[in-house]
Amino acid sequence: MESINKRSIKQKIDAYKRSPLSLILFLLVMLATMLTIGILLFIIGYIMVKGIPHLKLSLFAWEYNSVNVSLMPALINTVLMTLIALLISAPVGIFSAIYLVEYAKKGNRFVGMIRLTAETLSGIPSIVYGLFGLLFFVTALGWGMSLLAGAFTLSIMILPLIMRTAEEALKAVPDAYREGSFALGAGKLRTVFKIVLPSATPGILAGIILGVGRIVGETAALIYTAGTVAEIPQGKDLLFDSTRTLSVHMYVLSSEGLYVNQAAATAVVLLGIVVIINGLSEFAAKKLSKV
Amino acid sequence: MTKYQESIMKAIFFVAASTSILAVILICLFLFVNGIPAMAKIGVFDFLLGRTWKPNNIPPSYGVYPMILGSIYVTAGAVLIGVPIGLLTAIFMAWYCPDKLYRILKPAINLLAGIPSVVYGFFGLVVIVPFIRDTFGGTGSSMLTASILLGIMILPTITTVSESAIRAVPQSYYEGGLALGASHERSIFFVLLPAAKSGIMAAVVLGIGRAIGETMAVIMVAGNQARMPAGILKGVRTLTANIVIEMGYAADLHREALIATAVVLFVFILLINLALSLLKRRAG
Repeated sequence: MESINKRSIKQKIDAYKRSPLSLILFLLVMLATMLTIGILLFIIGYIMVKGIPHLKLSLFAWEYNSVNVSLMPALINTVLMTLIALLISAPVGIFSAIYLVEYAKKGNRFVGMIRLTAETLSGIPSIVYGLFGLLFFVTALGWGMSLLAGAFTLSIMILPLIMRTAEEALKAVPDAYREGSFALGAGKLRTVFKIVLPSATPGILAGIILGVGRIVGETAALIYTAGTVAEIPQGKDLLFDSTRTLSVHMYVLSSEGLYVNQAAATAVVLLGIVVIINGLSEFAAKKLSKV
Repeated sequence: MTKYQESIMKAIFFVAASTSILAVILICLFLFVNGIPAMAKIGVFDFLLGRTWKPNNIPPSYGVYPMILGSIYVTAGAVLIGVPIGLLTAIFMAWYCPDKLYRILKPAINLLAGIPSVVYGFFGLVVIVPFIRDTFGGTGSSMLTASILLGIMILPTITTVSESAIRAVPQSYYEGGLALGASHERSIFFVLLPAAKSGIMAAVVLGIGRAIGETMAVIMVAGNQARMPAGILKGVRTLTANIVIEMGYAADLHREALIATAVVLFVFILLINLALSLLKRRAG
């Protein structure tokens, strides 16, 4: 079979001689692919070359000031922001998915509404989320520009992503697992928590990790909800302190124009985080496909 | 677990599932309640078709038309650049790529999708802006710069979605093409691609949605002058940029006019979503 379907290079060249259009199309495909790979390599290479020499230890100092624009407070804020946003959206997203997959009946109109709104949410640009956060959490609820307002805004933003991936992960669990559990006398709830969720964990995790990626990279939704103060929130009202995350930090640095080198170094840190997150997500997804 | 627990948990799942409906309602409510009155005060046509945006003038004028055009032009430019490259890359991934290369290329495309928009913006600022300035003159912050950068940013979206659309076409289409004497390329381009049309259109629409909603990267490279777009080498301001740049200090009607700007953007997005769901239904 293999040998029949394989074409030798000479056969390929002959085919292209007969049909110049094919050759042109082939060259276009190759050109476009090389362009895509080239762009990716260029962006990453450029940022590495620009940023790594400026990645000094002083950039990780505990205090931020105008002499040393340390990224440490922003880094810690990013972690805090991510944790709080996940604490809100992960349970809600997973529970929604459980409802959709395990409880809702097929063709239910309510389910249609949920799907439609989730799709709408995933298409809304982050600046619109930011503006909504400003109007609702910051102003109407009176939280001010704060860690909490930012986290709530982000949690709505990543909700559709977590919902969709969790739904797919739950659907991928074979029905035989559920039937087996029922046959052993377990109730619906026990089946969901002891049988279905554990087998869907890698897929759900992959989605949550992607959500972390979006939070880390987000800027537009945070500028007017969490603000741009470069300090680690402290004291008993720390949830209502204004904070900047790493992406916002980088935006402020590069728009001021004074700290281009430090912005490049921050970009390296961001890129590093993205690479790690993508790797983890892929690893989790691969684990899923083995189940 | 008791029956009691079962029904409580079922109610909790139900409430969680309603969250996304609640979120959409809240977002619509807050945007429209805050934005529509401003549109009415300014005059719907004066707002949407007014050619000057001068909130600091006396009397101020709030015409958002230049920004609407700016968004459309920049997005169109991004589509012109991103779609051909992305689609051809998708064809490579689906029909040319050796397995070994695919294992590297696929994560690479995902990485391209994961790079934060500020990092893209920074790259545009320090690489593309000077390049345009040195090659074509002007300041470098221009419609062309923004289009190129957005074109790069929508590449992964276009590639990933069209790749799965192309893969969804049954292999027998391709084999049928070959059996009729078509070459590898001709089968792919003239048999497979037409069959994957709605999926590819969905990819394009998704890319449009990303491009029109992109904010930070555009602000960093587009120049942001609030006037009618004057040429591809002149600065341009998009709807998204308008909101971010002025929201920090805007008050009263100015602030409401900015929220109304977001309403315009939101309506664009809703239309795009509608187109997307129609296309998806057709793609099956």
